[in-house]
Amino acid sequence: MVKVFVGVESDFEDRGRRVIEYNDTEIGVFFVDEEFFAYENKCVHQGGPICQGRILNRVVEVLADDRTSQGLTWDEEDVHIVCPWHGYEFNIKTGVHPGNKNARLRRFDVSVEGGEVYVDV
Amino acid sequence: MDSGIEKTKELPVQEITIDTDTRDILARETKYQKEKGFADWPIVDIDAHHSEMTSWRQVIEYIEDPILLHYAREFQSRTGGAPGLSNHTPGLRYQDAGGRIPHQQQIAEPVDDKSVHRDVTLVRRSMQALGLDYQVLFPGNLLQLGTHPQPRVEAHLALAYNRWVCDTILPEDNRIKTLLYLPLGEPEVCHRIIDEFSERQGVVGFMITSVRFKPVHHNSYIPIYRKLEERNLPLAFHAGLTWTDEWTKQTDLFISMHAISFVLCNIVHMTNWIIHGLPERFPNLKTIWIESGLAWLPFMMQRLDSEYQMRPSEAPLLKKLPSDYIREMHFSSQPIETSNMKLTEATFDGINASSQLMYSSDWPHWDFNAPSTIYDLPFLDEQAKRNILGENALRVFNLDRPAGK
Ligand code: FES
Repeated sequence: MVKVFVGVESDFEDRGRRVIEYNDTEIGVFFVDEEFFAYENKCVHQGGPICQGRILNRVVEVLADDRTSQGLTWDEEDVHIVCPWHGYEFNIKTGVHPGNKNARLRRFDVSVEGGEVYVDV
Repeated sequence: MDSGIEKTKELPVQEITIDTDTRDILARETKYQKEKGFADWPIVDIDAHHSEMTSWRQVIEYIEDPILLHYAREFQSRTGGAPGLSNHTPGLRYQDAGGRIPHQQQIAEPVDDKSVHRDVTLVRRSMQALGLDYQVLFPGNLLQLGTHPQPRVEAHLALAYNRWVCDTILPEDNRIKTLLYLPLGEPEVCHRIIDEFSERQGVVGFMITSVRFKPVHHNSYIPIYRKLEERNLPLAFHAGLTWTDEWTKQTDLFISMHAISFVLCNIVHMTNWIIHGLPERFPNLKTIWIESGLAWLPFMMQRLDSEYQMRPSEAPLLKKLPSDYIREMHFSSQPIETSNMKLTEATFDGINASSQLMYSSDWPHWDFNAPSTIYDLPFLDEQAKRNILGENALRVFNLDRPAGK
């Protein structure tokens, strides 16, 4: 296990990211809701650059009590990272696809020490 | 390091956008091919696209009918860039999933080289990133032209596009090939097109866009197939989407319409092609079924075999089972379905994929496949992978073997 320097904590804006390379492993580190999350930049679909995709809230369908559809809207909590190759989406806090729990990104631990952000590789 | 802390480098592209260079978007594939050790294999991509609508101002200048040319120019001057005369519907472009897939939305990356058309540079970049030796290039929106309400306009736009691509794109790089559009709405124009273009640089065959609503076994098309067979020119059926038939009209989301329509059109054409005995009438005409994926083929083989054996009197030209004819056809691989690998493996067995299947990327569309999608299939041996990625296409299209490969 190696501690890899990613950047300075104060440089990360909300929903900001750093995508880095260390020894041929590409890792994306995200800052969302005051927390850091890190994943390998390799989509479980076909190996695409998942961490270089767009960050968008999850889309949900609103059902009324009688189960009729009231259309789609943005979820206020769940934030997704979207793979730019073909659109697979993963919850940015869990790394899991919304409809396929077996589709999950490889995760790395992140630590903050003295205002500096590190990932364990 | 003594501190136990390692330095890293930031990737030059933090977020991929419409302005990102193709080689950066596809950088991971370039890297995989080196890591996995197949970067030096011959790889042929038999289905990729460029956006002819961005060159529409040039394309329309090739329209030979003076009145249609006038209309097309007027569209341009009135609106500054409309796809005048085409039946393209810009308001229904959902392919990029609301901007989630930038390369489908737009390829806006800078291109400095002014010595060739911009599309040539973009093709070269995708070929470099995907490790390709040849790429068979098709238009994009013109794949809808088979449903144009005016057959005469379909024919003239097909002629104009074919001339433009043969003059502007293909001569610039011998690795770029195409299967040219045949406007079946006007069969005699198809003959003109075969006669005029089959010897042009880069033309390796012809293509019928599958989104059209006239049966492909109609007698008026038979002389076209005969001509292609005599000249040993392959015929491709390129699938597409449509939201205008009675079935897909009932699907009110892009995902539903796309999933079905790209297969439905080729299901209908292949059924007519086989049941009306076209493979018996033209045993040496190579047919290629493009962009319907592969999962429909076991369905077709089993369904047609069952029904044919019960009703042979309706298909008297057949001398063997429909699935036997299907096994002699060729297929492009994209969009490959792999969510159940056992079914994928059975499909590959069923269609004799090792000799009949050809890799295709469909780049830059949203559901493209990189060559790794074939290389990574766990049930293929190395020779089958080599065949599907390149050897089959070198043979089917009679392409020169790339130097040193
Ligand atoms: S590689 Fe990520 S969606 Fe396909």
